[in-house]
Amino acid sequence: MPQVLFTLHNGTVMSVAAATGHSVMEAARNNGVPGIVAECGGAAMCATCHVYVDPKWLGKIAAMSDFEDELLEGTGSPRMETSRLSCQIPIDDGLDGLEVTVPPSQY
Amino acid sequence: MEKSSVVVAGAGQAALSLVAKLRAEGHSGTITVVGAETTMPYQRPPLSKGYLLGKQKLDQLLLRPREFYEQSAVDLRLGQSIVSIHPASKEVALAGGDVIPYDELVLATGSTARQWPAALGGTLRGIHTLRSLDDAHVLQAELSSAKSVLVIGGGYIGLEIASALRSLNLAVTVVEAQPRILNRVAGPETASHFRLLHQENGVRIIENTAIRRLHGSDRVEAAKLADGQLIACDLVVVGIGGAPETKLAEMAGLHVDNGIVTNELGKTSSSSIWAAGDCTSIDMGGRRIRLESVGNAIDQAETVAMNIIGRRTAYVPRPWFWTEQYGVRMQIVGLSMGHDETILRTETDGKRKSCWYFKNSALIAVDAINDPQAFLAGRRIIDAGILLDMSTLREPEVDLRNLGKTADIR
Repeated sequence: MPQVLFTLHNGTVMSVAAATGHSVMEAARNNGVPGIVAECGGAAMCATCHVYVDPKWLGKIAAMSDFEDELLEGTGSPRMETSRLSCQIPIDDGLDGLEVTVPPSQY
Repeated sequence: MEKSSVVVAGAGQAALSLVAKLRAEGHSGTITVVGAETTMPYQRPPLSKGYLLGKQKLDQLLLRPREFYEQSAVDLRLGQSIVSIHPASKEVALAGGDVIPYDELVLATGSTARQWPAALGGTLRGIHTLRSLDDAHVLQAELSSAKSVLVIGGGYIGLEIASALRSLNLAVTVVEAQPRILNRVAGPETASHFRLLHQENGVRIIENTAIRRLHGSDRVEAAKLADGQLIACDLVVVGIGGAPETKLAEMAGLHVDNGIVTNELGKTSSSSIWAAGDCTSIDMGGRRIRLESVGNAIDQAETVAMNIIGRRTAYVPRPWFWTEQYGVRMQIVGLSMGHDETILRTETDGKRKSCWYFKNSALIAVDAINDPQAFLAGRRIIDAGILLDMSTLREPEVDLRNLGKTADIR
């Protein structure tokens, strides 16, 4: 299974196995990655699964919808160029080694 | 306190959020979660949407994998139920005879779907409610042979099911006894939008008409409406609301009023007994209301967790909801009940709509259809208690991204 590397707020890096077809949010939830809330469960409604994607991966992940783009304006931690909702990034084999950073807060 | 032994009645969203928060904040006492369903805590919202259609798998519904409970030392007792609470001795009794002592007891018993009355044909085969995973599986099994479906109730659950069933090309009729669909939860403008959306997608919507009785010899075959017309159907889905699961609380002598009465700390009328989620009623402006939503279950449960470990935290309701039908997404912030003025916006692209509800000139709720900017602006304004200049909101060209930030504050 592809590995996804989450850098936590305290600097620790968690490497988790992510099933293809699952989202980055689901991989985080299933592996106990702290700091990903995902209140709406992956429906892209709440913006509490916000992550910063390492710039070198930005071109390889699924493109952002307008809806996600607008919802990202409501994240609890500041939005940056690399901000994405992790529920909107499906895992495939090409994403083995994907690096994302969990923001300090989701509210 | 941090070493207290905690027993949780119920194993849904509130129960999971409670135990996750307890452990995250350093609680080290025993935790026992007792739930009647046999599945680990899972998300209910997808049951009337993607999961019903087979677009999501069960493991995607689970709020945490099994390892979480093992690693967190949570004794998850599924398929079991608490039959009585003994506040004096601080014990609960399970159906099998086990007795579990507690320092702190949390009632997270949720709600149950209201059933169609047996006296009105409710015992016929082919009549279902949708609340649990088992309900979803039973309904799924019926869908392959169904042709025409009657949905009783035009609330969010009924409308979401209608949307899902239309994507399977089933004939769908929605009957609502109230004057219009979404009568309790949204204004007439939002209701009109969804009525049209359903009609465009081939759903027949009948409002302001009660169902007198369901008919059939063994299986349901038709519904007789109050106006005399007969609607043929071979499957009925009943979405007429839920009732809070308060039986245990009542037996234990707790104060119950439209749900288990909780104070701002999440405490019930009995010491060492707390409650969170759909089963509770909270005070909002002098009324005891129930906030049946995921967000509320999480917030209440986390508040209770903090108070159990002795870090006093008051619960501040921040109601928000969402629905998705035919790919149209609506986010709702606030509660629109009691509004005395509405402003309707359609953005220049013609696709984004929002309905802004005011009471005494203060914004109390926003229905944002395909419009996250309106949702976020509404949340910003309501959270901060900002008094919005309504004329700004009536400007077609106003940029919602800036609304509630500076200039429009009066």
